Amino acid sequence: MDVELEPRTFRVTRQDLVAYAAASGDHNPIHQDDDVARSVGLPGVVAHGMYTMALAARYVEEWVGGTGRVAALGAKFTKPVPVPLDGAAVEIAGVCRQQGDERVVTLTVTCNGEQVLGRFKATLRA
Amino acid sequence: MPIDQSLVGRSFPPTRPYAVSREKIQQFVTATGGEYDDGPAPATFPIVVAFQAMNDFLEAEQVDLFRIVHGEQRFSYRRAIEPGDVLRATLTVASLRQIGGADIVGTSSLITDESGAEVCTGTATIVHRGES
Repeated sequence: MDVELEPRTFRVTRQDLVAYAAASGDHNPIHQDDDVARSVGLPGVVAHGMYTMALAARYVEEWVGGTGRVAALGAKFTKPVPVPLDGAAVEIAGVCRQQGDERVVTLTVTCNGEQVLGRFKATLRA
Repeated sequence: MPIDQSLVGRSFPPTRPYAVSREKIQQFVTATGGEYDDGPAPATFPIVVAFQAMNDFLEAEQVDLFRIVHGEQRFSYRRAIEPGDVLRATLTVASLRQIGGADIVGTSSLITDESGAEVCTGTATIVHRGES
């Protein structure tokens, strides 16, 4: 039986990206510097793809009641998440389905109405 | 400059040992807006080690990080990561193709603990846009 997860909205600010760069070691300047981001064809500073995936994983782990219960996780980064000076909003909704012995959560992750993660899937431990 | 096709199948040396602590997990959780409960690390935490392997690979191949965009990421976990784990990642180049002046690089990073046992594997697709 399918279980729908309550949709949530996550705010992302440039300070979050600075904190995430320090925590993850990913200091790619496209996540900090508008000029560098524009030089490679981006609209300006964008969130780390892994930042958005971390929010999506957090959404699943908070729903399931804790960390350490995911057996597999994956997604495509289909569009960048632009983070202007006043921040961005990432909206996440999901469905959990029983598939054999496993529970599989699929998510819809959007920013400004565009899908930013494609085919997000988390398989939960039995 | 395109990335050298002969890299496919090559493994790079393991990253230096990374000691997982409550403080490191806390920093990661806080940066992603969560609250740490002293439990296992969140599901995307192993990117910290996988990214180190990716950085070493890019440096070895003299690829600029700012020309890299992440296309896809997957993890499969043998077990949860806990404070006290000491992890290393070994990156292998799985595939390489060129599309419209961009290199599409598929990598697989095996993350092991101090005993050498697999903790998880991260597979990533990265897109490298050369200088135009």
